[in-house]
Amino acid sequence: MVVEPIKIEEYKSEITPTWCPGCGDFAVLRGIHTALARLKIKSENVVISSGIGCSSNLPGFVNAYGFHGLHGRSLPIANGIKLANTDLTVIATGGDGDGYGIGLGHFIHSMRRNIDITYIVMNNQIYGLTTGQASPTSERGMLTKSTPSGLLEVPVNPIALALISGATYVSRGFSGNADHLSSTIENALSHKGFSLVDVLSPCVTYNKIQTYQWFRDRVYTLEDEEHDTNDLKQAISKSYEWESKIPIGVFYKADKPTYDGDEPALQDGPLVNQPLDTGKNIAKQLLDEFT
Amino acid sequence: MPKNEVVLRVGGAAGDGIASTGESFAKICSRSGLHLLAYNSYQSVIRGGFIYLQLRAGREKIYSHGNKVDFLIALNPLEFQRNIVDVVPGGAVLYNSDKIKPDSDTIPKDVILCPLPVNEILKDIGRNPILQNTVALSSLVQLLNLDVDVMNGVIRDYFGKKKQSVMDINLKVIEAGYDYAKSNLPDFDFDLNPDYNIKRPVLTGNQALGFGSIIAGCKFYCAYPMTPASSILHYLIAQSKKSGMVVKQAEDEISVINMAIGSSFAGVRSMVGTSGGGFALMTEAIGLAGQTETPIVVINSMRGGPSTGLPTKTEQGDLFQAIGASQGDFPKVIIAPSTIEDCYYSIIESFNLADQFQIPVMVLSDLFLSEHMESIVDLDFNSTIERGEIVTSNDSDKLYKRFKYTDNGVSPRAFPGTSNTVFQASSDEHDDYGNIISDVFTDSETRIKIMLKRMRKMKFIEEQLPPVKLEGPVDADLTIVSWGSTYNVVHEAIQILQNNSKSVNHLHIKYLVPLQKGIKEILSKSKDTLIVEANYSGQLSKLISMETGFQINHTLFKYDGEPFYPEQIIDKVEDLI
Ligand SMILES: Cc1ncc(C[n+]2csc(CCOP(=O)(O)OP(=O)(O)O)c2C)c(N)n1
Ligand code: SF4
Repeated sequence: MVVEPIKIEEYKSEITPTWCPGCGDFAVLRGIHTALARLKIKSENVVISSGIGCSSNLPGFVNAYGFHGLHGRSLPIANGIKLANTDLTVIATGGDGDGYGIGLGHFIHSMRRNIDITYIVMNNQIYGLTTGQASPTSERGMLTKSTPSGLLEVPVNPIALALISGATYVSRGFSGNADHLSSTIENALSHKGFSLVDVLSPCVTYNKIQTYQWFRDRVYTLEDEEHDTNDLKQAISKSYEWESKIPIGVFYKADKPTYDGDEPALQDGPLVNQPLDTGKNIAKQLLDEFT
Repeated sequence: MPKNEVVLRVGGAAGDGIASTGESFAKICSRSGLHLLAYNSYQSVIRGGFIYLQLRAGREKIYSHGNKVDFLIALNPLEFQRNIVDVVPGGAVLYNSDKIKPDSDTIPKDVILCPLPVNEILKDIGRNPILQNTVALSSLVQLLNLDVDVMNGVIRDYFGKKKQSVMDINLKVIEAGYDYAKSNLPDFDFDLNPDYNIKRPVLTGNQALGFGSIIAGCKFYCAYPMTPASSILHYLIAQSKKSGMVVKQAEDEISVINMAIGSSFAGVRSMVGTSGGGFALMTEAIGLAGQTETPIVVINSMRGGPSTGLPTKTEQGDLFQAIGASQGDFPKVIIAPSTIEDCYYSIIESFNLADQFQIPVMVLSDLFLSEHMESIVDLDFNSTIERGEIVTSNDSDKLYKRFKYTDNGVSPRAFPGTSNTVFQASSDEHDDYGNIISDVFTDSETRIKIMLKRMRKMKFIEEQLPPVKLEGPVDADLTIVSWGSTYNVVHEAIQILQNNSKSVNHLHIKYLVPLQKGIKEILSKSKDTLIVEANYSGQLSKLISMETGFQINHTLFKYDGEPFYPEQIIDKVEDLI
């Protein structure tokens, strides 16, 4: 029997992306379309949240619910959506400024919860939407609009942070390797728990250093190596590779309890399906506790 | 004539067990059919520091915790000295005479000393410093001619879940204290007229807010600890198993409100609670709720500002912060509950308004209202839950317009998971489908249309809210205007003034945004006007003048952190009329 595959086209929205031609974010969008189609998740059961930035416009280009919120706050929105309805596939998206700068606290705390959401960061090591200032992943010394004499801070290492903060699927993709990227996203979506896909997604307009070619000269896939994804220490050591060799693929994967799985108030199923009059039914009893 | 009302103060250091002593006495009163009101004046130190709890009880409804006290329970020498000046002539001090040796020169005459030799009283029972509180309380029960069995019941319930042996000791202590008072202390002429068939629920404002949210079907409460809002969190998490509410402490207030907006977007009634500083962090997201038309209830229990200010003291200083929360214009409601009962009803109403109009609703409580305990008569559990217009399926082949232009500005909502309703909720300006029109496509025509659609809601909200009501004689010589937690104290002051043949009426305002209708009509007919506010600048009086052009003549502002006493209002009024 031939099952009609859900076509990638079904996950595209009517809106044409407004990104600059060549922007790495196109590959991420394509990766999400492909992964959703392969997993056959119905559009109406997918919610994508985002913050603010070029990359954060992504939800509008997917035929799924989108919540395009505040700069840096895509994760809290995603946490809330998941806690309200555990039946939904919840994806948070955004840029490196959004997630590793202004929203860094939420990144760490969401991972500590191992809540079952997928976080896809389009990491271009620059602020795109605001026209080229330094980002938290920009290299030390980088000349940007806001650092004309060179950036004086070292970059955040999102992979290492994820590994020590409790994320249970930690991976990196590269927009220059679309097939690898879509399968990495697909596996992240299938994972139960917090999954991170940090995507090297070049900004062709404002980052003239970390270009496609710069990455092509350096990236290699972990899947082609003898890398043990169960080994946290090995993963941490891999997460420090950058200068000359940059690993992409899955660094670490573990099966651990999730926040949404263990929250006592969610044991009867999704919150959104619970009756509204639970309170009224126990009102008398609750009031009696005050006497 | 015997006194039918009593004011008790328990003074000591933090960690002396003042709160539990007060709570036990509150329960004893409430189970004796008495009304009561208690206020805990404390500082944010866990041990040490000057704190007291003051409780007033009687058969009639109590409106304030009173000023002067009939009985002082002093738990250490310093508090003995500090508080004795507030004891009325003929009133008494109960104290542990093993620890406190009063200096007779400093004791006001007419104050009766009731020394309690605690070691002697407890010689056959046990030695635990905290037992002195139980001795004092059971002595007081005797002096007030209350039924000691009620106190036994309260203690039984309190220790019931803990250890039997601890409970037994406490019951013995009660008996010993009660008997000691009976044989050794003077008689006091009190008849509180107890009715042991009536049990009155005693709640704090925060408990009433939390309880109201459970009845309203709230299923997601998110908070970051901050005095004086934290006890909402504590109450709701304790009830979570029964109520089925997810109660989440998040990493900061920004996360708190964004999580709640996420959960509300997904279809769940959601609420957050904080105080001024946390509220400041939430403000950007309050606009997000307005822009994405996501219902949300935000409690700000105000404390003394600015900045960290007075963390454990009360103030009504955040009205302008709430009005100005977030950039741009968007529809919103600000409600200030006035009493414990009103906390309960206001939360239910807030959820309904938030859902019906898909807006943020801000509820302004303050430390005094949130944390003081009060007996209540009854609460209505039959209020309806209005979730507003919700799309449960879309069978048409037309695309769903989440932000459809409608006459009242409200567009039917769909929750994720509803067939054929996929849409974008965006903080960027968007069209009726939710597609963004900002940045590259800025489309001013659509911008105006969608802005008007959202703002149209305000007119319908205004129509739905009740107008203000003037309490008291229409032709009074003075109208007192107030908002929020000062309702009760103003009410009591006016009662006393009326007994002194002063004619005063009362205009209490509950809805601040949109400002309640009818204010100007009433005030322009008043002979004279006085506003009472617990802040420095008179925020409500400014708001009234801004919105109505009416200038209130006289002001009584208080920002020392303590709640108003009736006497302060009475003195002010007597200066005026
Ligand atoms: C609270 C707040 N501060 C600042 C901004 C302005 N802002 C918008 S996007 C952005 C940074 C964008 O960088 P990034 O998140 O890396 O996304 P990119 O555009 O590179 O995809 C900033 C600073 C904002 N929208 N909100
Ligand atoms: S500015 Fe950079 S990040 Fe933004 S769309 Fe253009 S290429 Fe992409």
